[in-house]
Amino acid sequence: MTAVDLTAITLWLGVTAYAVFGGADFGGGFWDLAAGSGPHSHRVRDLIVNAIGPVWEANHTWLIFDLVILWTAFPPAFAAIMSALFVPLSLAAVGIVLRGSAFAFRPVAGPRGQRVAAAVFGLSSVVTPFFLGAAAGAIAGGRVPVGDAAPDLFASWLTLTSALAGILAIATCAYLAAVFLVADARRLGQADLERYFLRRATIAAVVAGAVTFAGIGVLQVDAPALASELIRAGWPFVVASGVFGLGALVLLSRGAPLGTRPLAVAAVVAVIWGWGVAQYPDILPGTLSLADAAAPPESLAALLVVFVVAALVIAPSLMLLFVLDQRSRLESHGLETTPRP
Amino acid sequence: VIPPVLLDVAPADLLAARSQMAFTLGYHIVLACLGVGLPALVLIANWLGLRGDAAAMLLARRWSTVMAVTFAVGAVTGTVLSFEMGLLWPVLMGRFGAAFGIPFAVEGLFFFLEAIFIAIYVYGWRRLSPRAHLLSGIPVAIAGLGGTFSVIAANSWMNQPAGYVLGPDGRVASVAPLDVILNRATFYEVPHMLLAAYMVTGFLLASVYARGLLRGHTDRYVRLGFAIPFTLAAIAAPVQVFVGDVAARSVFIDQPSKFAAMELITTTGPNQPATIGGVLVDGKVVGGIALPGLTSLLAGFSPDTVITGFDQIPVDQRPPATIVHLAWDAMVGIGTALVALGVWALVIRRRRRDYATARWFLRAASLAGIGAVVALEAGWIVTEVGRQPWVVYLVLRTSDAVTRAGGITATFAAVVVLYTGLAVATFLALRTLAGRWARADAAAGGRDLGGGDTDESVPYGPHRQPDGEPRA
Repeated sequence: MTAVDLTAITLWLGVTAYAVFGGADFGGGFWDLAAGSGPHSHRVRDLIVNAIGPVWEANHTWLIFDLVILWTAFPPAFAAIMSALFVPLSLAAVGIVLRGSAFAFRPVAGPRGQRVAAAVFGLSSVVTPFFLGAAAGAIAGGRVPVGDAAPDLFASWLTLTSALAGILAIATCAYLAAVFLVADARRLGQADLERYFLRRATIAAVVAGAVTFAGIGVLQVDAPALASELIRAGWPFVVASGVFGLGALVLLSRGAPLGTRPLAVAAVVAVIWGWGVAQYPDILPGTLSLADAAAPPESLAALLVVFVVAALVIAPSLMLLFVLDQRSRLESHGLETTPRP
Repeated sequence: VIPPVLLDVAPADLLAARSQMAFTLGYHIVLACLGVGLPALVLIANWLGLRGDAAAMLLARRWSTVMAVTFAVGAVTGTVLSFEMGLLWPVLMGRFGAAFGIPFAVEGLFFFLEAIFIAIYVYGWRRLSPRAHLLSGIPVAIAGLGGTFSVIAANSWMNQPAGYVLGPDGRVASVAPLDVILNRATFYEVPHMLLAAYMVTGFLLASVYARGLLRGHTDRYVRLGFAIPFTLAAIAAPVQVFVGDVAARSVFIDQPSKFAAMELITTTGPNQPATIGGVLVDGKVVGGIALPGLTSLLAGFSPDTVITGFDQIPVDQRPPATIVHLAWDAMVGIGTALVALGVWALVIRRRRRDYATARWFLRAASLAGIGAVVALEAGWIVTEVGRQPWVVYLVLRTSDAVTRAGGITATFAAVVVLYTGLAVATFLALRTLAGRWARADAAAGGRDLGGGDTDESVPYGPHRQPDGEPRA
């Protein structure tokens, strides 16, 4: 294995981590928005806020991590992506600002401010993954040209593939969030909310699965190169995703026993790695290979040192955060907030 | 030197891209300072609280809530900067990411650490042991130091690019990562920024409590709320004068064009005056007070020191001098005034007077926060505008690095609207918090030293509340 491959794999691990953990946080926003104003809505929102609160910033950091790896290890690819996808990525950045700040203001705001913050949080939690997904679809579909020329602001991403990827991103986020929230509701002993999210997790699982597999048909029309590589090289991952997804669905129908979360995550991870394998060894399919885009070996070596430090320091720290969180040792009452009137 | 590419960027777009970068960076840097300074202050207050000072403990809890909000806003505005590195300057990143990116990768580690432990600390008040809770805050403060070091190392590299070799295709062919990180400017930019972060946070927070003291609230809570941040900032201020002096002398050696703009030097030669105020019109200094020989003296310890003027810098390599010079004057002037404010506090102390009733001192102190922020922004204008027309000094022009995507004017306008809303929301949120705390204090009949406005927000659970009356 070359240093280029090793760096690419680490980048992909980072992308996967962001998709799963950051994605679940975005999905929380989706369910916050969908909670409407029914009888349970306050408690649903409280559950979501408590679930996301302690972890979302750490989960968000994966995005920063991915960006810095991309621009350091594969600079021309980063430049090309940021040029061609100027519009969707600008919109995603706006969504990230709105989502994060609305979430931060929510517990400290007054009653009216809380309503505004909740609405902004929910909407931006749906808009942001859509545009990030659309950008991913443009990359995977081979629509990002290389070079410094003036880009067409819309051609790369106003496509069926990007629309599909954007919708898939929203569906996946909602799916992961619902599955995680079932466990959170159970941990906090809220049986009715457990049922609430169990029902929604099942629906989201069916939708996300349907979009994924219908998507392969869309890709055959709109991005045939990606579709054929997905089937040729990525088929084990496509199959695995189907198996894990169905397994998760079965467990959801049996009340989501232990093992549901790992299966649901595995189904999503398999899609991401199927995409990665399908476009290997290119970073921009058809136009730029990983090797051609790669920084000099010394830069990659520096990054590998960063990765080792991350594995030794960040990984255990993240584990500590998740363990404390899952043992309910962290709670938003740490913030001095008032109980809802 | 990379030959300029054919310029096909509308000048309006270039200006908009520069303005957007300046605006978003200038905005984020204030939050970044709070991200470095607040953890230190919270930890000091928390530590005092654990030693039995209930007023300090209440401050620690309330400051940590402020820290949670500003850290979150800082995290997302910092993310915007990461996006903008590519959205606005794809050529910079595409050509130099292999070298320039390395300090950012290191920064990623520190940011991760900060995000993880700030969550544990902020959400851990109730159910962690007091000791574990305090310990969980320490990585936050350390990550702030490390993050500053890495990001400022990247900015230093733009001023003093080092540690790379260009190949025939204009791309980076080999890299010496340590030389990139430890470039010539790192050694003075990093401590300068760190001290600035402590000064901004300290003076900002102190100025809030200075207003409280002026309104006659002189209980231990308000006094400590003033004294802890003010002490930190007042210690940092004189050290900053020394570091800033070293930095200016290094800029004189490393970046003659920036130095000429800072000091409005038009003609190369010895005996250069320091001009306070004044503008450059048609290549001549207009207005201002000239102190004869002072710039030469400060730059080389002798009036005979020869300083490069604009006459020896090609026209297309000169930064806009007036704005750099005025920003420089503002930074130095405010910095000096902030040192004087610290000296004033010492004088009050030596005369055994009570600072809480020294009204003119408190009035000055209540302006120190704004002053420190203005000095911070001015300093960034000096280093960033002073580097123009280069984005990488003497290597890559800003006009060659900018994106070819049109319509930056529109995104700049949108960003101004968005960030203005964000500023208003942040202000409203903090004001709501302050109002809530005031009501909680009133309801508790004095200061709510129980720890908050709800009975369940007592730190470390009801049985482990550190007892102790506020020590008078």
